[in-house]
Amino acid sequence: MKRLLPHPALSAAIFLLWAALSNAASVGALAVGALLAVLLPAVTRRFWPDTPRLQRPGVALRLAARVALDIVVANAAVARRVLGPLSRLQPAFVEVPLDLRDPFAATILASIVSLTPGTVSIDVDQTRWVLSLHALDAPDPQALAAAIKARYEAPLKEVFAC
Amino acid sequence: MNPAVETIVSLLILVGAAFALLGSIGLARLPDFFTRLHGPTKATTLGVGAMVLASSLHFSTTAPGLSLHEIAVLVFLFISAPVSAHVLAKAALHRQRRKDDR
Repeated sequence: MKRLLPHPALSAAIFLLWAALSNAASVGALAVGALLAVLLPAVTRRFWPDTPRLQRPGVALRLAARVALDIVVANAAVARRVLGPLSRLQPAFVEVPLDLRDPFAATILASIVSLTPGTVSIDVDQTRWVLSLHALDAPDPQALAAAIKARYEAPLKEVFAC
Repeated sequence: MNPAVETIVSLLILVGAAFALLGSIGLARLPDFFTRLHGPTKATTLGVGAMVLASSLHFSTTAPGLSLHEIAVLVFLFISAPVSAHVLAKAALHRQRRKDDR
């Protein structure tokens, strides 16, 4: 089983994505999806250095819901800033010292930071474990860093147990 | 089509269009590269997200069967948008550093 499906989560994602692409219309389409779900992870095996195990799927779902909500809320906040007086903006580079020590989890954290409006991640330093990001308006960079750690990093650490 | 669904679809399209517009306004108004980066990356998340949901809802209710391609579009966007923003930001930093060195 482990040989056939080295990355069960990746296989499941490919299968669901294929089902979505083909609108899950026929048995044939699903069969092709299943074939791809087995083949692609096997072929791309070397591209996936030890991905950490998903320890707490429940926490992962809650984190995904939180990110989705934050995207909507923060979009409105950015919209207000973009339309308002620009001179009042305080853009800043912020460094967030990380507690997690896993490249995969760090990448997900960086992506979340980029997806939520108002912040774009610029670099994940994997020797010092620091995430640098640019914030559109951060009057208090320390508070922003603390918020990112509490809202996203803590649950991520729990999800991957790293 | 059911008027309630029609209303929701219209609202989603309007929201999507509004955020796409806001993203462009941000791109035009913001003063420097790094702040400008925030405009377009945001338009993709909520702007395209709302449009795509509207499309999914519309075709799921008017045509037979569910229409789920849109979800795949959303997944690909959410994976690729942060990566492109990240690469742009990194490139800008490198250029800036080279200018500072000279």
